Amino acid sequence: MPEQALAHHFDTIEEQKQASSLGMWVFLVTEVMFFGGVFTAYAIYRHFYFDAFAAASHHLDLALGGINTAVLLTSSLTMVLAVNAAAAGARKPLLGFLGLTALLGCIFLGIKAIEYGHKLEDGLFPGPGFRFEEKPLARNAELFYIFYFSMTGLHALHMIIGVGLLAWLLVLARRGTFGPRYYTPVEVVGLYWHFVDVVWIFLFPILYLVARHHGPS
Amino acid sequence: MSSAPHGSHPSTRSCIAVYAALIVLTGMTILAAFIDLGSLSTPVALAIAGLKAALVGWFFMNLRAERGLTWVYAIAGLLWLAILYGLTLSDYVTRGWLSPFAG
Repeated sequence: MPEQALAHHFDTIEEQKQASSLGMWVFLVTEVMFFGGVFTAYAIYRHFYFDAFAAASHHLDLALGGINTAVLLTSSLTMVLAVNAAAAGARKPLLGFLGLTALLGCIFLGIKAIEYGHKLEDGLFPGPGFRFEEKPLARNAELFYIFYFSMTGLHALHMIIGVGLLAWLLVLARRGTFGPRYYTPVEVVGLYWHFVDVVWIFLFPILYLVARHHGPS
Repeated sequence: MSSAPHGSHPSTRSCIAVYAALIVLTGMTILAAFIDLGSLSTPVALAIAGLKAALVGWFFMNLRAERGLTWVYAIAGLLWLAILYGLTLSDYVTRGWLSPFAG
């Protein structure tokens, strides 16, 4: 069974493990503040230009957004099952769940790319080519789409990094690096992956579900 | 908080139950968006999202088995977020509530 070396500045393996996951939590707190700033800016403009934001939100594809939410939640399930498999020392299930998580991450990014493509075709990408049918709301609807592309873009960037980390874990797992006594990287990447999921859990309602009862479907 | 040993993970069964709850809550938030809840619309959407985030944090991120120090960090994140929101929105949202020249 693979063993982890105890670095000289820790007393026990347990303490070393705790320090790693604590390090990820510190990073996640900085991420909370990073996304928090964008969410706050969004909240302010949505408060001032609610009608335009609602009209703009109705042009987002609720079906694709909903499917993507389910895809991401499923990937969180496979991620936590990967951590369990690593803790149990089950190498094959670990490889399977890590692979599934990465695959679901790629499916999410693929669906996101399709959505971006539709928005570009519809002239909803902010800039000189921006077109919005309800002319009086166009200026502030464009602001909504600036938030839409920057928030989902930042989220997608985190997903791409997450898929990269999963690929790295797959290589290590294939080599048999992880066992019941050492699987800290799987656990720490899991924390990151779930955090990115939590960001989407908030992005989905605030972007896709603004006053849907008013809009045309 | 150190009663559960660090690294004791939720069972596969409870993971799947949490996952099912997350999917149901996603359906609920979509349904709620199509009902005219008036000014409650946004709070309801955010409450459901908050509940989903809590489920992910508590079970998937294993906060339930974490020790004091991890909780300090997790709560610090929420606390600073609350300061960011509280101070910023207490300005923007309340503008126009009072007119300085009204009698």
